[in-house]
Amino acid sequence: MSIDMSQFHEAFFEESFEGLEIMESELLTLDVGEGDVEIINTIFRAAHSIKGGAGTFGFMNVSEFTHVMETLLDEMRDGSREVTQFAVDSLLESVDVLRSMLEAARDKTEVDEDMVAARYAVLNNILKENGGASSATDDAPAEATPAPLANEQTAEALWTVDFIPHADLLMAGNDPVRMFRALSELGELQVNVDLEKLPPFDELAPEDLCLSWQLTLSGDVARSAIEEVFEWVEDDCDLIITSTGGNALADSPPIVEPAAHVEAVPEAAPAPATAAPSVNTAASDSPAAKKSAAKPKKATESASIRVGIDKIDEIINLVGELVITQSMLDQAGDDLEANADTVGNDSESQKTNADILLRLSKGLAQLERNTRELQDGVMRIRMLPISFVFSRMPRLVHDLTGKLNKKVELVLSGEETELDKTVMENIGDPLVHLVRNALDHGVETPDIRRAAGKDETGVLSLNAYHQGGNIIIEIKDDGAGINKKKVRDKAIEKGIISATDNLSDEEVNNLIFAPGFSTAEVVSDVSGRGVGMDVVKTSINKLGGRVVVQSEEGKGSVFTIRLPLTLAILDGQLVTVGGESYVIPLIAIIESLQVDRAQINAVAGKAEVYKLRDQYIPIMRARAVFGLDDSTDDLHDSLMVVVEVDGSPIGIIVDELQGQQQVVIKSLETNYRKVETMSGATILGDGTVALIWDVNGMVRVHNKKLNKGLIKA
Amino acid sequence: MSTSLQAVSDDVEESDNIHQNQYLTFLLGDEEYGVDILRVQEIRGWDSVTTIPNAPAFIKGVINLRGTIVSILDLRERFGIESVEYNELTVVVVLRVKGEGKDRIMGVVVDAVSEVYHIAENDLKDPPDLGYAINMDYMRGMATVDDKMVIILDIDQLMSLKEIDDATESGEKAVED
Repeated sequence: MSIDMSQFHEAFFEESFEGLEIMESELLTLDVGEGDVEIINTIFRAAHSIKGGAGTFGFMNVSEFTHVMETLLDEMRDGSREVTQFAVDSLLESVDVLRSMLEAARDKTEVDEDMVAARYAVLNNILKENGGASSATDDAPAEATPAPLANEQTAEALWTVDFIPHADLLMAGNDPVRMFRALSELGELQVNVDLEKLPPFDELAPEDLCLSWQLTLSGDVARSAIEEVFEWVEDDCDLIITSTGGNALADSPPIVEPAAHVEAVPEAAPAPATAAPSVNTAASDSPAAKKSAAKPKKATESASIRVGIDKIDEIINLVGELVITQSMLDQAGDDLEANADTVGNDSESQKTNADILLRLSKGLAQLERNTRELQDGVMRIRMLPISFVFSRMPRLVHDLTGKLNKKVELVLSGEETELDKTVMENIGDPLVHLVRNALDHGVETPDIRRAAGKDETGVLSLNAYHQGGNIIIEIKDDGAGINKKKVRDKAIEKGIISATDNLSDEEVNNLIFAPGFSTAEVVSDVSGRGVGMDVVKTSINKLGGRVVVQSEEGKGSVFTIRLPLTLAILDGQLVTVGGESYVIPLIAIIESLQVDRAQINAVAGKAEVYKLRDQYIPIMRARAVFGLDDSTDDLHDSLMVVVEVDGSPIGIIVDELQGQQQVVIKSLETNYRKVETMSGATILGDGTVALIWDVNGMVRVHNKKLNKGLIKA
Repeated sequence: MSTSLQAVSDDVEESDNIHQNQYLTFLLGDEEYGVDILRVQEIRGWDSVTTIPNAPAFIKGVINLRGTIVSILDLRERFGIESVEYNELTVVVVLRVKGEGKDRIMGVVVDAVSEVYHIAENDLKDPPDLGYAINMDYMRGMATVDDKMVIILDIDQLMSLKEIDDATESGEKAVED
């Protein structure tokens, strides 16, 4: 009985990538000199399970490569090898190579063989200098090449299987076609059927199997995998599995002419269980190899999520409670119905009615609580600790500080803070960019730091915590801070602001998020292409979050990212404009107030501003943005919602303010198109649809209309 | 005229060897329009919608169709036929529209649903270009059933996003003028 192993591949890859992450983070904590045995053990274990898994699933190149790493780790573990910086670095790079090998295996693409071969060479060199000192040896890649080639050979082995079933094979419920199908999943399969033993038609017994087959299988297949397919028919057939080696493959035109293989079989000596490595690169150039490489790159996006059993248990409990509530309501409903049939006006039945109603309303209250808790519980399934993103940072800092010749200590805190998986996936890149930026532009080189009277080693801290319904991530460095004069000059030069603009320090700092802004004097490959910061800002905005920077020259900068916990649910303020209800995301709202006519001033007879305490803020009328007629020219007693757009407040006049509530976000684009002023829609308690404002889009549309003269103030 | 055509309202038979399709027809004033019945998801009565700001006039708004947000298009306004008050006969035909790589669900408001006809593919005639109220691109063809003319619509063309976008822009321009 063959089991379709591919169904477990996803789990294997997931575990392997986790293993790689463990290896990486542990390697980074490994002290050069005398390695902590416990740490090396952890790394070893992670490598070992990847090796084991890869072997089981037939990813031979992965398992062999891991084996070399394991050997090195093993020597480190038993103390026969010193832990050198060079060895640790190579192991780290090997982790990268291993990762790309696994990714290639997962996406069914080709591995960069040169890269793998080069890594083999380095690892083998280290192994050869038995317990030796660290020195980069690049001079002997040739010696080490056989290993990767052997590896290639295994990856593209060619197997010939003579499968001669006994006549009663079918009686045991075995189906050759199914076995062939299982084989074809292992690699490229050619099936040749031998009809010789087929009797004349009148002698044919339908239940006897008179056919035999010759199968040619090429690809990344282990002998054991083939044997496994035939495991259940071993006793009911004659089975010869032979490996037609690289030579046979090179001599005969491969695959295209199946007959050639059949002939080649007897010549090829049966291979030992572990495919004998023979040095012949032709194998990797065979059409089969090309074909497997050319397979469409399938992005395996059917991602899964690991959920703690406690979270699942909690949901099961909540569902249990929900069922109890349901039966309670059911009972109350039945009683009410029964009572209605035998209704009398006497005080007795009225008392019963009142009693039932009380139970009903109690049940409904319980239902509300159950629903809310269940919603929270289900949402929590999607929540992952932010350490998933943070764990990328030590490696990044390690690599970058080396490249930039800086000394930086990375401090992580709040790693257990949970946030939605989708948010997490999308916040990774912006965070990496901010960290790069802090290292490149923030933290100074050791000599400058010394001159400034600071400690040579800079401190970069990443912190995450919850605040209300949001998650806050802070990236803080104690570097040079933002040079406000330089930023200002640059912004004027780039035409982002005009020379006469009077900006607060905070506004100047946030200019770095403007599109096309970069003050780096030298454009490095680390950061400084001038696209980064505004991309960071856009991607965070896309997640419904905000980013601001505070900075003090000479002391350092803090980037604060504020994100919603989830993308599926939003805290909203319900408002009414022109008879329709809309939802304004609460995260955008600063305050809501009643307009005092005296505080409104017109600027250039066009735009209106409102004096809010000691600040003038622009006003925009929602009715005008939506193209509705606005009879309330006089804004006296109108309601205004002050929202934050691109870091500055703006007042939006609405007809009515309603309550606040959590709404489930639905896409407008699924069945319609993008609406510039709206970020989505939701369904309210009464079943009607309410659109959710995109305040940035509202401002854009407002300005467009203002410029066209469609709106007069 | 209608020799090879047959009007079948409910019983579906595999008659004739000619390839036949079923069409659901509906009325706009006196005119009868048909759409491929396989594209019809459901028919529902008119119910209030949530309007979308700055959308073209023929987009009436969006409704909640069992948890999905579905936009509603008024076919009279789309064709520039004089609009009428919605009444109890006014229905929304919910259609599956293909286009730009994904299917969308959209509803169209029509005066009333009429019949289901079997029409053979070769009985669909190209419409003569006589300056109909509607753009020729939206018509797949015309057929005659029981001496009545039925215009078969190409809903993918009619409700493509491009059409909506164009209308949105021209709408904006109209406001400008």
